[in-house]
Amino acid sequence: MSAAPPPARRLSGLRVWQNNQAWLTPLLLLVLPVGLFGLLIITPIVQSIWISFYDWDGTGPATWVGLSNYAELFSDPQFYTSLKNNVIWLVLFLLAPVFGLALALFLNQTLPEMRLVKSIFFIPLVLAHVIIGVVFTWFYDPTFGLLAILFNWLGLEPLAILSDEHFVTFGIIAAALWSQIAFCLVLFLAGLSQLDQELIAAGRMDGAAGWSLLRHIVLPQLRSVSFVASIITVIMSLRNFDMIAVMTQGGPYGSSTVLAYQMYDATIFSYRAGYGAAIATVLFAIMSVYIAWFLWHTLRREARGG
Amino acid sequence: MYPTPIQERSRPVRIGYRVSLYAAMLLWMTPLIAIMMTAIRPQTDLLAGNYWRLPSHFALFENYREVFATSPMGAFFLNSVVITGVTVIAVLVLSTMAAVALAKYPLPGRTLLFAMFIGGNFVPYQILMIPVRDLILQLGLYDTVWGLILFHTAFQIGFATLFLRNFIAALPNELFEAARLEGASEFQILRKIIVPLLRPALAGLAVLIFTFVWNDYFWALVLVQSDAAKPLTLGLAGLKGEWLTAWNLISAGALFAALPPVALFFLMQKHFVAGLTAGAVRG
Repeated sequence: MSAAPPPARRLSGLRVWQNNQAWLTPLLLLVLPVGLFGLLIITPIVQSIWISFYDWDGTGPATWVGLSNYAELFSDPQFYTSLKNNVIWLVLFLLAPVFGLALALFLNQTLPEMRLVKSIFFIPLVLAHVIIGVVFTWFYDPTFGLLAILFNWLGLEPLAILSDEHFVTFGIIAAALWSQIAFCLVLFLAGLSQLDQELIAAGRMDGAAGWSLLRHIVLPQLRSVSFVASIITVIMSLRNFDMIAVMTQGGPYGSSTVLAYQMYDATIFSYRAGYGAAIATVLFAIMSVYIAWFLWHTLRREARGG
Repeated sequence: MYPTPIQERSRPVRIGYRVSLYAAMLLWMTPLIAIMMTAIRPQTDLLAGNYWRLPSHFALFENYREVFATSPMGAFFLNSVVITGVTVIAVLVLSTMAAVALAKYPLPGRTLLFAMFIGGNFVPYQILMIPVRDLILQLGLYDTVWGLILFHTAFQIGFATLFLRNFIAALPNELFEAARLEGASEFQILRKIIVPLLRPALAGLAVLIFTFVWNDYFWALVLVQSDAAKPLTLGLAGLKGEWLTAWNLISAGALFAALPPVALFFLMQKHFVAGLTAGAVRG
């Protein structure tokens, strides 16, 4: 007969909650979101790296093979094609912050219709890469495409950009740049709207104008935006998959693959999950450098209380 | 203002600016104008090489009738609506919870969680692909919209939490202290004080998440197979292979798939831009 009567126990349970809710609340709040994120994002990263040490078709039994997936990868000519294309993507994608800034300077005016004009320039940003890919495929089509009309008009033989191994990657990048420039434009316009007007007025008083004003007074104030625009652009350049999948499926003859696409191809079409995981791990390692750089920047700014 | 406001320039410069502004806009929109012009044409025009002149007749409705009659575009659309809608709601709820915990309670390992959320947001999808696909298969959610919803929700939580955390951290602590002194419980504070103040931020976040999820192609490709669960992006990519050179139908389909995020963007442009630039511009 030692059990306390139920109402009293409930009361004490309530009291426990009341006394501890200050630290229990955050834990309760975090359990589900952090749990989901851990289960579907963090754990899979570790698992993928682990799978890369196995020979596995994706469904059957897996055999430990140590580093041999990597050894094979580093002697696979397709891997070097992908890597080369990744570098081309990365370098050409850096045109996006440059064009984005130029366009932002061009559009940073207060005309009555400017709001509408800016929204129109932002549109590519909200279009799915699949849609952009489809539209540009048609653009490049050597018999039905717009580009073919342009070539014919100039009296030239239309170039089949997407089936020419020398041009295909550039053709896809041009399509992808369209939306990436729009992204950088949004960031730079926001940056320009927060410029220190007094500094600019003072610069003008000192006789700075045009280029020198841009270089010595405006750009230094855009440093943080420029960094964020550039690093996100680099990360996006390495992540691109959709457009390649839609426009060429890596072709012709694997000439337009990047690591992201090669991984998918190896895993899904060749049933080589272990090999695919090794490709993913290499891509992840490369991108980690940029992610870490971005993290460092953000956390430092956070610590400064900015 | 930088550059110099155009109003302070001479008249020829002002006219020149407007002309080049509209020229640039036209050039920028060429791809979209092209698909609009194509979506209103009958296919006979395309076969005859008539791309830019007036269409022989206005065939927009005819094209859409054919799109919906010969393809499951309507079903794809509904799938996209369910996947995106449920994900947006789930992400808003879960990330508000996490963001409050991270912004207003002293927790050990807060910076680590913070770093994890930022980093997770940028990882290449391929490093997640095989294990996520396996997990969704094991849960019996492969080839259903629920598998996609589960993954998208988990993935977007990172970005959404960071986003909301900044807003919540900016709310004055005195607000919470006062409520506590008056005997409000922690959950009452969350529901009655934080969420109402957060409404504009939640609106911006909802538009962003909507766009990200609506436009997803990769995860649909990996987690879904049959028409019954395909979203519009995946459906459209498949139809491109089926319709081959029926570019009038492909264009009509592409416009249809693009319309919801574009419309939402125009309705909520201010929130969208504020959301996208929230983290990037300060400092």
